Amino acid sequence: MSGPSLMDSLFQRTLEDLIKGLRQQLIGEQAFISKALEEIRKEIKSTDLSTKSTALLKLCYLSNLHFHDMSFAAFHALEVLSSPRFSHKKIAYHAISLSFHDSTPVLLLITNHLRKDLTSTNEFEVSLSLQCLSRIANVDLARDLTPEVFTLLSSNKLYVRKRAVAVVLRVFEKYPDSVRVCFKRLVENLENYDPQILSAVVGVFSELACKDPRSYLPLAPEFYKILVDSKSNWISIKVLKIFAKLAPLEPRLANRVVEPICDIMRKTGAKSLLFECVRTVVTSFSEYESAVRLAVGKIREFLVDEDPNLKYLGLHALSIVASKHLWVVSENKEVVIKSLSDLDPNIKIESLRLVMAMVSEHNVAEISKVLVNYALKSDPLFCNEILGSILSTCSRNVYEIIVDFDWYVSLLGEMSRIPHCQMGEEIENQLIDIGLRVKDVRPELVRVARDLLIDPALLGNSFLHRVLSAAAWVSGEYVEFSRNPLELMEALLQPRTSLLPPSIMAIYIQSAFKVLVFCLHTCFVRGGSTAGVSASASYESFDDLSVENGVDSTVAHGQTCTSAPITNESIVNLLKLVELALSPLLGSHDVEVQERARNLLGFVDLIKLEALSSSGQEENDSERKGVEATKIIRLVHDAFSKELGPVSLSAQGKVPVPDGLTLNENLGDLETICGDIELPSSNTFSFGYPCEEKDVSSISNLQIKEDSGQSNESTSLLAEHRKRHGLYYLPSGKSEVISNDYPPANDPALQGDNNDNAGDLVKLTAESLVPKRKPNHSKPRPVVVKLDETDEKPVAVKQPESRDDSVSGAVRDILFSSEDILPTSSRSNLPNSSRKGKEKQHMITQVESKENVVDDGNSSSRRRKDHSHGKERRHRKKNAEERNETHRKEKESSSNHPRRHKSRQRAEEPLKVPPQTSVIPDFLL
Amino acid sequence: MIKAVMVMNTQGKSRLAKFYEYLSVEKQQELIRGVFSVLCSRAENVSNFIDAESIFGLDSRLVYKHFATLYFVFVFDSSENELAMLDLIQVFVETLDKCFQNVCELDIVFNYSKIHTILDEMVFGGQVVETSSSEIMKAVEEISKCFLSPFLLSCVKMHVDDVRFSTFALFLIRINR
Repeated sequence: MSGPSLMDSLFQRTLEDLIKGLRQQLIGEQAFISKALEEIRKEIKSTDLSTKSTALLKLCYLSNLHFHDMSFAAFHALEVLSSPRFSHKKIAYHAISLSFHDSTPVLLLITNHLRKDLTSTNEFEVSLSLQCLSRIANVDLARDLTPEVFTLLSSNKLYVRKRAVAVVLRVFEKYPDSVRVCFKRLVENLENYDPQILSAVVGVFSELACKDPRSYLPLAPEFYKILVDSKSNWISIKVLKIFAKLAPLEPRLANRVVEPICDIMRKTGAKSLLFECVRTVVTSFSEYESAVRLAVGKIREFLVDEDPNLKYLGLHALSIVASKHLWVVSENKEVVIKSLSDLDPNIKIESLRLVMAMVSEHNVAEISKVLVNYALKSDPLFCNEILGSILSTCSRNVYEIIVDFDWYVSLLGEMSRIPHCQMGEEIENQLIDIGLRVKDVRPELVRVARDLLIDPALLGNSFLHRVLSAAAWVSGEYVEFSRNPLELMEALLQPRTSLLPPSIMAIYIQSAFKVLVFCLHTCFVRGGSTAGVSASASYESFDDLSVENGVDSTVAHGQTCTSAPITNESIVNLLKLVELALSPLLGSHDVEVQERARNLLGFVDLIKLEALSSSGQEENDSERKGVEATKIIRLVHDAFSKELGPVSLSAQGKVPVPDGLTLNENLGDLETICGDIELPSSNTFSFGYPCEEKDVSSISNLQIKEDSGQSNESTSLLAEHRKRHGLYYLPSGKSEVISNDYPPANDPALQGDNNDNAGDLVKLTAESLVPKRKPNHSKPRPVVVKLDETDEKPVAVKQPESRDDSVSGAVRDILFSSEDILPTSSRSNLPNSSRKGKEKQHMITQVESKENVVDDGNSSSRRRKDHSHGKERRHRKKNAEERNETHRKEKESSSNHPRRHKSRQRAEEPLKVPPQTSVIPDFLL
Repeated sequence: MIKAVMVMNTQGKSRLAKFYEYLSVEKQQELIRGVFSVLCSRAENVSNFIDAESIFGLDSRLVYKHFATLYFVFVFDSSENELAMLDLIQVFVETLDKCFQNVCELDIVFNYSKIHTILDEMVFGGQVVETSSSEIMKAVEEISKCFLSPFLLSCVKMHVDDVRFSTFALFLIRINR
């Protein structure tokens, strides 16, 4: 046994050999590594600890830098850990912190090793085990090692003590009850004069205060002292972080702290500290005018600095200010706008955000114009960043800032034509959304959609397909506003549509269906209605239509002017076109496309038969058929002409449950069935695919063909439904005529000199920041349909829940209970009172913590004695129960008003002096 | 809190990776690749910050510094100061420079353990515990004193010669420009 092991250790590759071998790459990296791993697997089983540890080190290397799993070596790492030699220990700890996690099975075995090393006399060993603990501690480790950590918190070796302070963070997080033991010692360390210890403690508190600042308000006097006295920038930064969290909670504290912060801001030479001051002021002290002014002055220095880092941070600070003091941004807008063309992507994005913050309903058109021009010139990434922010700003709060929707719709069209545009989905949503919500803009919307559809080049760009699908839907749905439906039809059926994905293809076909029905309707039915809807007149009117006569009547009756005449001949051509374009699609592999194509072709067949025969000789027969055709067309047209409105997601909930329907009984199982169906994210409309909505109508079309009477019934049902639940329908019946004397969206003059100069934008924003009525506002803003609750911006109702209630609960317990003892009389001046309070506090601390230690020591020694599993488990169970109990209580207390919480405390500890009413000490007043 | 420290070369090879929360090796590799793909697309003389939220999740920031063939990367959350982290990178590199006299990539390649020791002296469980490079040096030396057995010492000496022999091809990192 000793033979091979000796040979192993003599000829074992060291880590250096491994690295060299890897670099030479004689047999390729992967092959070399797998060979090395094989060796390691063998060597790591050796009984010789040196061999073992070297193997472990090599494994660490391969795991860390070449990403090979090393979890198989968990137990070996523990074996190496038991070595008395420091070098072995170090490797083992390194391996453990690389590979151990909460579910590592051997984690339980490490407790004693850690305990031994935590109590070692070698400070580096202690440091190693603390480091390990800070990385792998779970509930059990944290609980079992709390006493050791507690002892180390007052170690006289600074090297150890600062690490013990740092490890407390993880221990608290994993085992909140340890707060009761360690917290007071932690606070004591705040008094330490050694900057290293102080830095560590303040660091821990800044982390803790991040999670739940309120609990740490009682420590404000200590932090204040540190802020004023500190000479180290690191410490000052951390204290500022703490105050940024505390100040908003307690205005008296803010009053007190703002001056020292300004002092630091004036004096310090360190940029990091300066920036931290600025950030603290603009986030948490924004109501202190003079402080903000000072901070803004510093921000300006940052903005004009050569260093891109400072410039970026300056812009970043500016965007924090922007939410409360927009004037600051407009004061600095030259710099901001110049930064739009900076080389640095960070700076560009940050300045874009600021420009968007300046947007208001008065200048949105101009700013968008210039930004779109920027987008045309910039790289794809930034281009989409610009487009995305225009889209999101303009659509904010249901298009709050948009007054001129005609302009906005054409902007959407323009944006989708920008070569790098990848925002298709968003543009799609907005086009449809605006169509549904804003009635007055539909003619313009259809025009924009037509322009997009008709351009064959756009079909080749896959990013635009979503936009095109919206355009197709819009032009189908609102075809009555189209100037030339025939042209639209050609656009929808052009050969290049084969480039579209099937889902969008289906929308195209459906839209073509709608356009076709519209054409037929205008041609036959409306034309027919001139002479009265009576069946007898229909033949003549058909005849009339076929001669150019019909055109006039169409124009007279259609409320929009259709420029191209729809004649019988053009209808025949149209039907031919449909057949030609769609017959190949009957063999499509996509069911949706296939089905829709089939629907449409079936309809065309039906109509063609009728329409063609209607011009035949046999008068009686054709008359009858003509009547039938008209009937069918009218029915289908009626089905399509029901307006689709935005539907609130909560609409379903408003429908009262009819009497006698016991939903819970009958549909109880539904919940389990639907459990895994994801609901669409709230607060938006569920458009899904616009085609989904159409599905219903396409089904009803099928029915129409089969049985027109039945479908009649369904429309009447719909009408009835509408009558009953009119609340959920959009108001209708408004005149859709839009006068053409609408003022142009953008001043042509402005458009002319918009050569996207930074200077121009500056000028523009300067002009437009002054609120004045633009000529294009002379027309009132069109009605935007809103649905009460769901359209409201999702209010951030969610309170910042503190994740570790229990930690802060425990902290409060300790802090507030100790404050209770403070004599009120000694609160007159700051240093004195805090000092006195401190001392008292410490006295109690000692007593309490001693008790705790004793307690804990008892329990752990008990555990150490009996290793039998059953007992251990029982113990742990008990512990867990206790923990739950305290956890529950703490939750209760932290959710309750502090006063009630205190009364509980009082009940439990009757010896204590009656608590004060005010929770926050007035040291700082 | 610091979330991760990484050193990688300009080819994307990881030279040091330290994550202060447990992550599977696959995840680590993914993150490092993610960071590198952003780093290598950045021009010189631009700011040292990267939007890390897309890679590391919410509330994470990233600063990096580019020295010769190496990127030094620190990832942290909102409780750290960006400029202070940049300073910390500087401290780290300065310390390496003192330890290896004009540190180059190869020093970092061959001194895996030592690099980790240095970093651990600076950053402890995600928190900065030491910012003075001379203090760090002192501690590292102390540690190596109780570390080396005579046998290992000789090994290290041999290897040091080798390293010197092969450094000629590499760029030197000069910190004190």
